[in-house]
Order: sequence, then structure tokens, then C-alpha cells
Amino acid sequence: MSAGRVLEVYLDLLSQPCRAVHILLNCTRIPHRVRTVALRKGEQRTPEFTQLNPMQKVPVLVDDGFVLTESDAILKYLVTKYHAPQHWYPRQPERRARVDEYTAWHHSNTRPHAARVFILEVLVPAQTGSPVDGVVLQRAVAQLDDTLDKLESMFLRRQPFLCGDDVSLADLLALCELMQPLGGDRDVLQNRPQLQRWRSRVQSAVSDAFDHAHSVLYALRDRRKAKL
Amino acid sequence: MELYLDLFSQPCRSVYMFAKKNNIPFEFKDIALMNGDHHSEAFGRINQLRKVPALRDEDFCLAESIAIMQYMAEKFKTPDFWYPADLQQRARVNEYLSWQHTAIRMNGSKIFWMRLMMPTVYELEVPQEKMDGAIEDLNTSLTLIEEKFIQDKAFIIGDNISLADLVAIVEIMQPLGAGLDIFEGRPKLSAWRDRVVDAIGKDLFDDAHQKILGAEEAIKHLDKSIVQIFKPKVIRLFL
Repeated sequence: MSAGRVLEVYLDLLSQPCRAVHILLNCTRIPHRVRTVALRKGEQRTPEFTQLNPMQKVPVLVDDGFVLTESDAILKYLVTKYHAPQHWYPRQPERRARVDEYTAWHHSNTRPHAARVFILEVLVPAQTGSPVDGVVLQRAVAQLDDTLDKLESMFLRRQPFLCGDDVSLADLLALCELMQPLGGDRDVLQNRPQLQRWRSRVQSAVSDAFDHAHSVLYALRDRRKAKL
Repeated sequence: MELYLDLFSQPCRSVYMFAKKNNIPFEFKDIALMNGDHHSEAFGRINQLRKVPALRDEDFCLAESIAIMQYMAEKFKTPDFWYPADLQQRARVNEYLSWQHTAIRMNGSKIFWMRLMMPTVYELEVPQEKMDGAIEDLNTSLTLIEEKFIQDKAFIIGDNISLADLVAIVEIMQPLGAGLDIFEGRPKLSAWRDRVVDAIGKDLFDDAHQKILGAEEAIKHLDKSIVQIFKPKVIRLFL
């Protein structure tokens, strides 16, 4: 296979949307090559990467010259192009609409609210050396709690996965976000048995691919714990 | 099929124009956000999140404007250019639709709130520093739209209008409702806007935007007491 034809993904497993893409690729066994972009080292700002993606963000997909950003666009493209099992992104309009509804809602809800907890608890103190701002963190945790309430009462009400009876792109995107605060040793699902059961179902559905994708996050948690 | 809409809201406008342009039959259910209509028990049964737009097609209820339009495109077999079947073109539309949530949508909304809603309806003063920051963020989004998404093309994904342009234009129009002319000094954006208006049809575009462009006037006649319960949330969101 010539270099131009292999599907390439530029990612950093510390990034939630990158993990969702990584899990899908491994789960569905789509042949691909991973190119790591170490965000911690600022590799997204190199001239080479900037030329590939002027937004300086990951993940980026390169499929035989076709460059695509935005994880939900990438996931939908992959499932369709490589004929992945339909449950990932159903073709039937009402079932597909449920996944599209979640992936839209995700941007202003699960993603920012879960990311913020991790940013306040882990990234900001690591980058600035200052202690965690307890008041601001508490507010972020409360806002995430509100989002978790919605996930439970709306998306998971009467169904085992966010968008229906089977795992879909929505579950990957959501769970990878909700795992992020684990980097600071915070399990945001700790007091939520319904969401914990959902998490187990998603992990079972993707098996090894889950822990493989989260290895970097687990290592971060373990390093931080060792320091305390 | 019912569409629950308030044309003050950007995503409602894109859904409205898409349905009308494609002659999709629907019943317009007016939800006046400033009257608190979205807090009625009846509306809560359509959409637990109490957000507009919302669609109801017999038993099937759907929220999120993008999902609604993608659903209608498929269900009513609208012309291909709106949401192309071609994998790469569709991916480009999805790429824009994904990016815009935390960029132009967030920044355009913020300006509308900070310049109009907060001082007029809630009597909240916005610190100049926050306003300047919001304007800067909006400008960053607009520049990205011009330079990364439109570039030298007629529309975001190429020669034809798509859902990307429809979703973009309604967000870009929002600051105008608060008296900020974001097209000034942006000839590329203005030219794109003209093409979009032309592709949608000027009458339909003006019809959809009549309410938001009259927002400053409409708010003067608003019963502000109805929405005061949202004041703490507004403070938390924007200040």
C-alpha cells in the first residue's frame, strides 16, 4: 500500500474527540495509521501541522488527500465510507435523527461542561502552578451535574444507549468526554448508577479498544496520584 | 408535521427557511420565548429540554435545528445540494455544522445578549472589557468563516448553497438585531450573504428575519417582568 492511500489520523489520546475516533477505527478494524500530535509539547503549532490544519486542532483525518476536521464529521464519514455496522450511525431516518440530535447537543453540553472540570482541576494548575480555584470548580461540577441529569432523564430514559438499543457514535463521543476528569482522579459518574451501567455497556460493546484509547489518560491519573 | 418556532432564535430561522424553501408542509407553532411559552407543560412534552426549534411528526419528536434539517432533507427528498449524498461534500457540510456551535453561534448570541437583551430587558450593565472581548471573539469567528470556510468559493462547500450556509447566515444576522453591522468592512462576507439571500429568495429571507431585525423596537413593548426569573441564569451565562 502506498503512503498516500493509507488512511491517516492525526491525534493525541489525551483529547476526548481523538479517543472517540480512535475507538471507532479500532472497533471497526478500519485500516489506518495514527500520527501522534503531542498537545502538551505544542506540536499542533508546528508549521507542518498548521499547514495541514490552520485551526491547529486534533483530530484530523487525511484520506488519500482529503483532509477533514471535527470529530463528529470524521466519525460519520468513516462509518459511511467503510460500511461500518449500521448501529454506529443508522440509515433509517428517525434513528439517524436521534444520533444527529445528540451529536449537535453534545457541543454545547457534554463537551464543554465535562472538559471544564478537567481544565480547572488538572490543566490550569499544571500550566500556571497555582492551586485549584475551589469556587469556580464547584460551579463547573454543578453545571456538569445538570448535564448528567439530562443524559439520564432524556437520552437514557427507557433505552440502554443514548440513541437507542445499540451503541452509536453518540455514546463514544459522550463517554470519552465523561472520562476526561478521571485524569484528575475524579469519577464524575461516581454517584450515578444509571450512567455507570451505561458506561459498562459501552465499554463491553467496544471491548479492548476502550482501555487502549484511554491508556494515556489512565497514565496521567496514575502519575498525579504517585506525586501526592 | 409541526414545527415549534420563535423567529427571534437563529436555529429557528434556518429550519423555517429550509422548510419553506423546499415546500415542506408544516404547521407553524409559535413559541414566544420572551413570553415564557417554552415553559408550558404542553411544550415540555414535545421537548423536555424546552428549546426551540422542535419538530413533531406524529409520534416522533426531535430537537436541534441541524438534526431537524438533516431529517427533513432525507424524509422529503430535498434537492441534493442542501446535504449532498457525495461523501466528501457531505463531510464538508458536517465539518462546518460541527465547528460553528462553539464559534459563530456562541459569539453571535453573546453579542446580541450583551448589547440588547441584558441592558434593556434585565437592566444589567456589561463591563466594557467583557464587551470588547466578545466583539473580538465574534470578529475571530467571522474572519475564520471568510478565510477558512468560504475562501474563494461561491458558498461554503462550493458552487451551491447547502445547510452550512443556511446555518451560518442566521447566526451572522443575529448581531444585526442588536444594531451591530458586522458586514461593514467585510466585502467578502457581504458578497457571500448576497448570494445566500439570492439562493434562498429575498422574500423568504426577509420574512424570516423581520422579527430579529425589529428586535430593538419589539423589546421596548415587552413585559419584562415575565422573564426576570431568568436573570440569575443570564448573569451566570454571560457575566
